[in-house]
Amino acid sequence: MKRLPQLREYHSPVWSEPIIMEMGRKGERGILVPEAEEEIRASVGKGKAYIPEKMRRKQSPGLPEISQPQILRHYLHLSQMCLGMETNIDAEGTATMKYSPKINEALARSPKMTEIHPCQDEDTVQGILEIIHKLDLFLREISGMDQFTFQPPGGSMATFANACILRAYHAARGEGAQRDEVITTIFSHPCIAATAATAGFKVITLMPDPTGYPDFEALNAALSPRTAGLMITNPEDTGIYNPRIREFTRAVHEAGGLCFYDQANANGILGITRAREAGFDACHFNLHKTFSAPHGSFGPGCAAYGVLKELAKYLPKPVVTYDGKKYHLDYDRPESIGKLREFHGNIPAVLRAYSWIMGMGAEGLLEVARTSVINNNYLTKLLEEIPGTVRYYAPGEYRLEQTRWSWEKLTKDTGVGTLDIQRRMVDYGLQSFFMSHHPWIVPEPFTPEFCESYSVDDMDYWAAVLKQISDEAYSNPELVKSSPHRAPIHLVKYEGLDDPSKWAMTWRAYIKKRVK
Amino acid sequence: MDRGKPFFHPYIPNTVPEIRAEMLERIGVTDVEELYQAIPKDLRFKGKLKLPKPYPSEYELKRHVLSILSKNKTCEENLNFLGGGCWQHYVPAVCDEIIGRSEFLTAYGGTAYSTFGRMQAQFEFQSLMGELVGMDVVSMPGYSWGSAAANAVRMASRMTGRREILMPKTVSPERLATIRTFCKSTCEETGIAIQLVGFNKETGLLDLKDLEKKISSKTAAVYFENPSYLGFMESQGSKISQIAHRAGAESIVGVDPISLGVLAPPSDYGADIVVGTAQPLGIHMNYGGGTLGFIASRDEEKYVVEYPSWLISLAETVKEGEYGFGFSRFERTSYIGRDKAKDFLGTVAGLWTIAAAVYMALMGPRGFQEIGEVILQKSHYAINSLSKCKGLKVLYRSNAFKEFVVNFDGTGKKVNAINRGLLKYGIFGGKDISKDFPELGNSALYCVTEVHRREDIDKLAQALKEVISK
Repeated sequence: MKRLPQLREYHSPVWSEPIIMEMGRKGERGILVPEAEEEIRASVGKGKAYIPEKMRRKQSPGLPEISQPQILRHYLHLSQMCLGMETNIDAEGTATMKYSPKINEALARSPKMTEIHPCQDEDTVQGILEIIHKLDLFLREISGMDQFTFQPPGGSMATFANACILRAYHAARGEGAQRDEVITTIFSHPCIAATAATAGFKVITLMPDPTGYPDFEALNAALSPRTAGLMITNPEDTGIYNPRIREFTRAVHEAGGLCFYDQANANGILGITRAREAGFDACHFNLHKTFSAPHGSFGPGCAAYGVLKELAKYLPKPVVTYDGKKYHLDYDRPESIGKLREFHGNIPAVLRAYSWIMGMGAEGLLEVARTSVINNNYLTKLLEEIPGTVRYYAPGEYRLEQTRWSWEKLTKDTGVGTLDIQRRMVDYGLQSFFMSHHPWIVPEPFTPEFCESYSVDDMDYWAAVLKQISDEAYSNPELVKSSPHRAPIHLVKYEGLDDPSKWAMTWRAYIKKRVK
Repeated sequence: MDRGKPFFHPYIPNTVPEIRAEMLERIGVTDVEELYQAIPKDLRFKGKLKLPKPYPSEYELKRHVLSILSKNKTCEENLNFLGGGCWQHYVPAVCDEIIGRSEFLTAYGGTAYSTFGRMQAQFEFQSLMGELVGMDVVSMPGYSWGSAAANAVRMASRMTGRREILMPKTVSPERLATIRTFCKSTCEETGIAIQLVGFNKETGLLDLKDLEKKISSKTAAVYFENPSYLGFMESQGSKISQIAHRAGAESIVGVDPISLGVLAPPSDYGADIVVGTAQPLGIHMNYGGGTLGFIASRDEEKYVVEYPSWLISLAETVKEGEYGFGFSRFERTSYIGRDKAKDFLGTVAGLWTIAAAVYMALMGPRGFQEIGEVILQKSHYAINSLSKCKGLKVLYRSNAFKEFVVNFDGTGKKVNAINRGLLKYGIFGGKDISKDFPELGNSALYCVTEVHRREDIDKLAQALKEVISK
């Protein structure tokens, strides 16, 4: 192999920005508002006169008064103290931090996208309806499902949609009250358990077998006439694909339940294997992960939720239909679960995903999958050599697009834990890795995912940084534990966050508590 | 792409055959297929996905997508009077500039150190919104106003141990539908029942007598909106909150924050929990994709522990005087609590949150006062103009804020026919609410904001006259 990459002499900008509430001087303005024309003013008088006395604001809101260049500079500084995917090597697992092509961003910013209202006449939005419908068709092919909706604004809302459909499906069959249990696994996303509970289900969470695979015996033991459905990920967050998945879905169907596939981890299996063949009745993809829409500092995301024909009548409304000439919004769906949110979904993400697929094609999607799996297994070779790492579960087996690792050994040896390493990475200009969802079944976990956007050099560099931090842990653990040292800020004192006398979710709360 | 030709793509560096061979060698396999051995053969997808032939060059791709997008007719090219939960306001260039920054656009969660800047910007959203709504706790926004209202009624239900919610019949149908989805359960005993309260046909205001009649020791909360979906300002807020409190229920108010430079904050009239959207604050309509919804309350532990949301708190660091951030009582959320969590959480609306923070900073107190004032002036100018059109009647006109109901019963024409007529003039008429509110007759909800000029409103009035007389 090539020479070891040289570590960069990174240092984050440290702007020590004030909170916006501390900025500006009385009388400054950030922007002016258009005034009502003379004729309007002459005709209607003061606007305030129309506000009922009791509804008038007595005290002007305590917002800061700041001029435009200073506001711009402040937020530019804040952006410089934020590691976006595009400015570093961002391998956060379960998140598929792939490149969001700039051309798609430019398209999504076109007024033809941004300046349309969700209640416009169908004739005036044929373009966007066509894109929504065609992405639906693409995803049908990719998953084997029969119809998709894009209404869920994130993956959690898609699993919630599924829980609502489970409820509606069993209620329609007269088994609504009886089938009140949802089964999931501990390595599926926690939102599955939470959304099922929100919809009123009791949740049974299966623990893995000793080798880390979903436990088929445990599933069989959990199934009963109360089973409404199974809601799981595959590959799970460990990167391990459940080879008995068809047996799982068959057993659930035999017990009268439905099977939902959370495909947040789909990047390694596009064009390789599909939800339909594995026996699922419904699935969802995150367009902001697998299909390249940007993550936007935690949203807006967009989940594509798809179902088999038998369940299509339950999809949230409206759905986009095509009659061969024109696209329509179909609201007339009496058995629909209703609305998950207002309007049609985060449609700019739909546009980006459509454009991304049209740039890739079938062959491209397959290469996305293959490359992400090759990348992950290549990284495995690099990480195995770093002192203190343990690849958890399924020894000798390949992983798909991500791998659950542990620093258990390093922690035992040095006292440095995964949280310390996560912080220290920022000193080398890297996004902190994703550790694990809770609970930490794997001790001191971390879960890298190098999707297709990353090069060999990127991975070599990333591994070299972890090697460096491991070396530091063995030679000078305090350096890692007291990190970060070259980040925008120093170690946060977390104690105050949970203390009602100290926490401050707004500046006004902070001021009150500080004065005390 | 030609068969047999190696596949290269500018978004995928490791498709170069030499690199790939080198990687496979390091892994110790000869073919990528070996890495897929866990997937049973009968589950493998046979053949090639049937997808359209791609446009590998960026230029062709752009041409293709624009050729479809160009079929859209926008609110910029036309004159738009649609609102009803997604509104056309001016988006300052600075908002777009900031959320177009790579660092914000493409970050995800990260940590308090790696994505420090996004956490400060989102904390600033909470702080700025706290000033508008008059509350000390504001969440990082979730999905939409409707989902925030749904979360809030579920918070109230958990806090009171009660399972009934009261809200006026005038609530937004889209938001009501969202709330209903969140209130259903697998059985009646665990669901939350929604009862609608009547309204005064003349003023639109909530029927207090009906509220008194329906409220009981089973009521968890009274939810109402200000300005209401139908556009009028609900001036009985204090009384509604009093009635709720007397019954031991929470008072939840939904707001459009663009109004809060001139309208009293809900904390002034007894709200315990405030919800609302920030879409009007610097976020494009995006075909309804610009939604997000915040929750706010007093700074009391009993409320804080019930939030399902991200709550970013200001914190100290080991360096004296340095600001840091973290999440308060994170164990509330579904990331820790799983099925024992407060509702659920996930990827929300971080970028829109930042846009709204920038907007509130730009506007300042005077900007919010002025925009409230100008919206009132322009909407009332429109109300006066349309009232003069033969056959048109504007409902709840005296206390409208930026939206108002136009009744077409006197014209003998249906709203959809009117709107089709208006389209020929390049006008998107108000939202048809005849089906959602049959008691209001053949009516449409019109929206006028600061983006409308006098000549736009005059053009609407003139076009309506012509369409009606045809």
